[in-house]
Amino acid sequence: MTARIERPLSPHIQVYRWTLTMVLSIVHRATGIALYVGTLLLVWWLVAAASGPAAYAHVQAFAGSIIGRLIVFGYTWALMHHMLSGIRHFVWDLGYGFKPNEREALTWAALIGGIALTVLVWIVAYAMGGGR
Amino acid sequence: MSAADTPKRSMRTPLGRVRNLGAAHSGTSDFWRQRITGVALTLLMIPGLVIIMMLLGRNQVYAAQTLSSIPVAVILLLFILASAWHMKIGMQVVIEDYVHNEKLKLTAVMLNNFFSFAVALASTYAILKLASGV
Repeated sequence: MTARIERPLSPHIQVYRWTLTMVLSIVHRATGIALYVGTLLLVWWLVAAASGPAAYAHVQAFAGSIIGRLIVFGYTWALMHHMLSGIRHFVWDLGYGFKPNEREALTWAALIGGIALTVLVWIVAYAMGGGR
Repeated sequence: MSAADTPKRSMRTPLGRVRNLGAAHSGTSDFWRQRITGVALTLLMIPGLVIIMMLLGRNQVYAAQTLSSIPVAVILLLFILASAWHMKIGMQVVIEDYVHNEKLKLTAVMLNNFFSFAVALASTYAILKLASGV
């Protein structure tokens, strides 16, 4: 084997001043990982629906519990945020929005929009599902 | 290499031509598929949410009946397949970024494939079972 050459290393994240786009880049990954695990809920729901009333009642009992609601609420936010943050990436992929004020605006829009959409989805869900 | 080998409007550098598809030996296909599935999932979000809303607070009989309708089943199948593909690529990027031990990395990438495929297949089976009314 050849000897390891000691090359200068680029500075790691702890030396940088934290910026919004940096934090949201990490949040994009984190929500992606959360959604990955959260697909188990989707699978459970569909398999239960295909299995029968008893299995489906279990899913409904879980989703209706406090813990279940918290998880599904978190899942909704992760989904909405990851989607809007992803649309922001599509804008960048097309070559737009790279100026400092533009990228800040896009990032704030994804952050605020994700929270707003989550609240909106839950208001609609309660308005529609609450009476059933 | 002479200048004539490189078409004038190509973005490809001579070094890029030599390295060909790069270390992953698959070029940018995963990057492109990540975008295709991302756009697909964005488009499927509203119909997907509408389906969820339709089923809130309903029992299994109603849910099974709704899920067996062709438009609903097709939308859910598209959503599941795009999700599984998108998350498989995304998780692989995360693994390749943070897991540096080669054997551990290959194991993690393999488990990622198993998990994503299992999610896709279990959901697809459930939807098709509902759609066939068995």
